[in-house]
Amino acid sequence: MARAAAKRVAAPVLELRGVSKRYGRALVLNKIDLSLAEHEVVCLIGASGSGKSTLLRCADLLEPIDAGSITLSGRAVHADDRDADTTRRQLGIVFQGFSLFPHLTALENVALAPRVALGLTAAAAEKRARALLKQLGLAAKANAYPDSLSGGQQQRVAIARALATEPKVLLLDEITSALDPVLVADVLEALRALAKSGATMLIATHEMAFAADVADRICYLEGGEIIEQGSPEKIFKTPRDPRTRAFLKRVRSVGASALR
Amino acid sequence: MTAARSARKGTLVAVISTLVVATLLAISIGSSPSWPLVQKAFFDGTYFSTSLPDVIGAFAINIQLFVLAEILILPIGLLIALARSITSPALAPLRIFATIYTDFFRGVPSILLIYVLGFGVPALRLPGVPSEPFFWALVTLVLIYSAYVSEVYRAGIESIHPSQERAARALGLTRFQALRFVVLPQALRRVVPPLLNDFIGLQKDTALVSILGVVEAFKQAQILKSANFNFTPLMVTAVIFLVITIPMTRLVDRLAAKDRAAQQGGTR
Ligand SMILES: Nc1ncnc2c1ncn2[C@@H]1O[C@H](COP(=O)(O)OP(=O)(O)OP(=O)(O)O)[C@@H](O)[C@H]1O
Ligand SMILES: [Mg+2]
Repeated sequence: MARAAAKRVAAPVLELRGVSKRYGRALVLNKIDLSLAEHEVVCLIGASGSGKSTLLRCADLLEPIDAGSITLSGRAVHADDRDADTTRRQLGIVFQGFSLFPHLTALENVALAPRVALGLTAAAAEKRARALLKQLGLAAKANAYPDSLSGGQQQRVAIARALATEPKVLLLDEITSALDPVLVADVLEALRALAKSGATMLIATHEMAFAADVADRICYLEGGEIIEQGSPEKIFKTPRDPRTRAFLKRVRSVGASALR
Repeated sequence: MTAARSARKGTLVAVISTLVVATLLAISIGSSPSWPLVQKAFFDGTYFSTSLPDVIGAFAINIQLFVLAEILILPIGLLIALARSITSPALAPLRIFATIYTDFFRGVPSILLIYVLGFGVPALRLPGVPSEPFFWALVTLVLIYSAYVSEVYRAGIESIHPSQERAARALGLTRFQALRFVVLPQALRRVVPPLLNDFIGLQKDTALVSILGVVEAFKQAQILKSANFNFTPLMVTAVIFLVITIPMTRLVDRLAAKDRAAQQGGTR
């Protein structure tokens, strides 16, 4: 794609170099090299347990890493614990099970971090929150409490909340896997719109069709390693590594509507 | 239709059975040979109405005590609870102090502490330290009940799922901000019923400070009792306490039931 080609030139926003992570004796991430250019959308695919979630959590500094480096806009961020809060403000993350704050309305959920963590005035934070909710098709639900929202709506509020600190990169971890198919479509549509508007995203997903559609680049993970990465075209149509092929074959045989 | 009718029938049965039991009790107590004596000593109508104004007047002291104490206990208990949930090693002394504090004040009988602090500290005659019994009564109640209330707060804070704090931290909120804006607001809502429960205990315990010579309702009743050789003023005091504590108990029950309903209704 022309769009993707233009991006190659830009310096990476987020860069992981030789990142390794252990849980006890298990090596969960093994020398991960991964960089995201501005406006780039990268999808992580791979079997359950391949390390996708761990990679995202490490990138957001929610988990310490055992080796390697993480840089955000050229600044090394993995080492200085003191600035971890500042770094997290520049990264938005949404998990599948990432609960909203039940005591706050959708609007307040989104406005909290801009007001408290960024120090915006209440009015400015609210304005930003309203704009984000509108962008995600939730303008009418601004004053609803999370309990009265559907799973898909909750997930979109969570995305708006993650975007509210204007993060440089949005990290999304299988945010549709707990939703029924109708709601999945809503959330994926919201993400497509975000991608079009130029957001930089790193997405772990089991939705192959969505990945093929939205991603500039696909990374296939297995056993904590990036086995193969490339354009959706390349990964889905002409995967080079036998392990990638085996994985895709398994996914397709399960009947997931992977690629048309 | 049938549901409403069976509910009405249920109420009727409850009323009748209660009346029967009450009547039987009244008859059996009333038929005791010494009942007239007991009635005269404890439930004398004339003494009841003559002592009522004095005891109510003295009850103002109890009210002052528990209102002031509650105002002080709410923030102090919270600070102690927060001190106990500190994880930073540099501030470990604070946590240890808070733990010892709650263990101590929950473990020693209230009446003993009132004695020791109310008589002991003024006896030291430290310059600038007040010696009024009311002051020391207040201090002791605040010390004791802050320990209880801090445990209530702590349970509330711990009942909030860790994913809430994690979500807040992932948004770039500091630990303190996550506590202040996400964890505490949810925790405080949950602790209202147990907190009011502790306050009911506190309100009753204001009678304990009579041992320091503070003329509150119970002490006033004792004075009247000794003057007339009749226990009726003590019953007056009991009634006044019940007038305050029963509505509060009902309120606690209702709030707790509402909480349970909300929790079963799928609120996280
Ligand atoms: N906190 C933890 N402690 C110990 N092991 C962990 C922990 N978190 C993850 N793991 C292990 O790390 C490996 C990778 O887990 P991870 O959650 O990153 O996989 P995943 O690719 O996200 O899987 P899924 O598709 O099922 O979400 C797994 O083997 C898992 O058991
Ligand atoms: Mg995962």
